[in-house]
Amino acid sequence: MRPGRHLLIATALTLAPVAVPAHAATIQVVMENLVVLPAEASAKVGDTVEWINKDVFVHTATARNGDFDVTMPAKKTVTSVLKKAGAVEYYCRFHPNMKAVLNVAP
Amino acid sequence: MFVRLSAAVAALSLLGSAALAQGAKSTDPQIAHIAYTAGVIDVAAAKQAVSKASNKEVKAFAQDMVRDHEAVNKQALDLVKKLKVTPEDNDTSKALSKQAADKLAELGKLKGAEYDKAYVANEVAYHKTVNAALETQLIPSSQNAELKGLLQTGLKIFQGHQQHAEHVAATLK
Repeated sequence: MRPGRHLLIATALTLAPVAVPAHAATIQVVMENLVVLPAEASAKVGDTVEWINKDVFVHTATARNGDFDVTMPAKKTVTSVLKKAGAVEYYCRFHPNMKAVLNVAP
Repeated sequence: MFVRLSAAVAALSLLGSAALAQGAKSTDPQIAHIAYTAGVIDVAAAKQAVSKASNKEVKAFAQDMVRDHEAVNKQALDLVKKLKVTPEDNDTSKALSKQAADKLAELGKLKGAEYDKAYVANEVAYHKTVNAALETQLIPSSQNAELKGLLQTGLKIFQGHQQHAEHVAATLK
């Protein structure tokens, strides 16, 4: 490898932390054929959840403890930011047999 | 391949009809027709409820039923078109429709809270019956993989409706 390339890589690595500031993660939850995947997910307060509804039906992600209640139109993706920590059980209000857990760390 | 559907017929006859033929055989075109008819029936009941129900939650539930069952039936129509299958009317579908028409007339005479309760109770019973037929007969009997898949999705959505209806019924007590 030519020395010039090493220098470029070294520069890029040095700049990386500056160019890409630490930010909250985005996790995906998919609803397809009346199933929520993953059935159990982990995230942190401040993270964004992308709720991806692949069904032709409207679904909700409704926290049993009231922490969140997101409605996803058919074939749409909706995002929400997690505001509170806790192990949150949630379900779909229209199809209560759709259930999952979101573990939100502080 | 022809499959005996007597158990499904037995389950569906819980709906109260004596017209169901014993030992009827159902093919995929007939199964598609039965499943579609079951959806149409629930949409009709729900439309009646949207205009008649007085309880807000009952009305909202009925709107959910219209939306979901119309979506399922649209998928069913798209699938039979794709498979070039013509849904075939049959004794089970006819008996279901007759029974449903009677129930609609019966519910039509009720008013207010009495109507709300009767509609939701019937929704619980109806979804239970259809789910049993789907689970034990229609799904195992279906030959085409895509039809089977749609019926399986239908079962999950109907099971969800049953739980939703049970929840609404509990709030009316």
